[in-house]
Amino acid sequence: MRFKRVAAVAAAATLALGMAACGGDDSDEGTGAGSKSFAAGSTMERLNKAQKIKVGTKFDQPGFGQKGLSGKPEGFDVEIAKIIVKELGIPEDKIEYVETPSKVREDVIVNGTVDLVAATYTINDKRKERIAFAGPYYEAGQNIMVRKDDTSITGPDSFKDGTKKVCSVTGSTPIEEIKKYVKDVATQVVPFDTYDKCRDALKSGQVDAVTTDNVILLGYIAKDEASFKMAGDNFTKEPYGIGVKKEDTDFRNFINDVLEKAMQDGRWKKAWDDTAGKFGATLGDAPTINRY
Amino acid sequence: MSVLIDKFDVFAGGFWLTLQICFLAAIGALILGAVVAVLRISPVPPLRALGTAYVTVFRNLPLTVVMFFAAFGLPALGSNANFLRIPGLDAVFSRLGTDLPYFRFALIALSLYTAAFVCEALRSGVNAVPPGQAEAARSLGLTFGQNLRYVVLPQSWKASIVPLGSVIIAMIKNSALVGFFGVIGDLSQTADQLTSAGGYAFIPVAIGISVGYLIMTVPLGALLDRIEKRQAVAR
Repeated sequence: MRFKRVAAVAAAATLALGMAACGGDDSDEGTGAGSKSFAAGSTMERLNKAQKIKVGTKFDQPGFGQKGLSGKPEGFDVEIAKIIVKELGIPEDKIEYVETPSKVREDVIVNGTVDLVAATYTINDKRKERIAFAGPYYEAGQNIMVRKDDTSITGPDSFKDGTKKVCSVTGSTPIEEIKKYVKDVATQVVPFDTYDKCRDALKSGQVDAVTTDNVILLGYIAKDEASFKMAGDNFTKEPYGIGVKKEDTDFRNFINDVLEKAMQDGRWKKAWDDTAGKFGATLGDAPTINRY
Repeated sequence: MSVLIDKFDVFAGGFWLTLQICFLAAIGALILGAVVAVLRISPVPPLRALGTAYVTVFRNLPLTVVMFFAAFGLPALGSNANFLRIPGLDAVFSRLGTDLPYFRFALIALSLYTAAFVCEALRSGVNAVPPGQAEAARSLGLTFGQNLRYVVLPQSWKASIVPLGSVIIAMIKNSALVGFFGVIGDLSQTADQLTSAGGYAFIPVAIGISVGYLIMTVPLGALLDRIEKRQAVAR
């Protein structure tokens, strides 16, 4: 009798284990309400129960978040967001993407319009006053794009003599950064609302350079190698992070754990190779997660 | 709201640049608009057609498109709008004389666009003058120019001034677009700079720039009201 009971328990246990293992091949493994257990009252639990999540990203950033013919944004930011969402136990198709141009990113997080923002979002102290960052998951840097035949610009210091004109997007971090190098902002810095316009102004000779994060410039150079080239190395460090609510430390820690895991198991690199990596941009080493 | 105090110099700089743009563009639009209005009411059919064509094109295109053509079409045609580097004037309005053409391009776009509306405001004033006045002037032997100058325009002015003021107020608000077409540091571009790169909350900054625009537009509106009241008495 006693033996029988032990055998029965063992058989039941084997059966249970076997069933759990069976689910392993399914791509939506472990999604669904209650599929993962999170601390009661946490953001992760709330999102998992709701089985939907709002992700803020860019719709116009080649390689990072660009809305194409498929109707859904595609890019490295989007892939990173998908990795996080999956770890929350929510299937990919339950993500609602919200376009978050640079200007509105803090506001949509503070107002709760989105649950997280992955939108080429540079981590800096000023922004940390209003929101919190998980990551970084990529380290970009500001660089300068010039016409192919131009040898007079070799780096940001080339703007110090006051003759070279440089273009960037209005209200962006790079335009504020390059202002430190130019002699006279009024005669040297040209703002447009999109980088496409900067590229056209560069091509037609109205400006001598376009400056912004290297990955964006690489996208343009990849499309028109005959006209443009990079001038020198990155001269800033722009660590991209995931923006979440300032007080939500649990959620931030959770995302940090997910990112760390993804960097180790290759999902991070695969996300890059499938998206921005196609433009020839190099990924570099995995950045160290900053748990502040 | 501390951004309004902390960054007061940024707001003030933006206000000053917007004021410069609006002042110059208003002069350009008023002159050009008056010329087009004269064309549209002139007795010569080809000139009338020219005036009508101008108004049709520029009144019906979005300002963004006009701006786009100015900023990208003129360079393609090989022009840097250097004719606007008016000696003397560029000493006061320093942006006018720089190597960077975008301030001048923006002025051209704003002036061209607003001139179409100025023309129509002036013409509606002319139409408000009873036709008998112009006929009487003609029968006295006044030429077209004399007729306009001594008989029609002094009377039409009263009917034009209020719509003209509205056109200029609209132009001041429209000037918010220049920051997206290569002009650095105007009032609305300031907002971009503070909210996006500076990380300040949008609402206080928006309040700041609203105040800036209101400082320009409200006194103009009040002035128009005054002129209108005076003329009501004079009539």
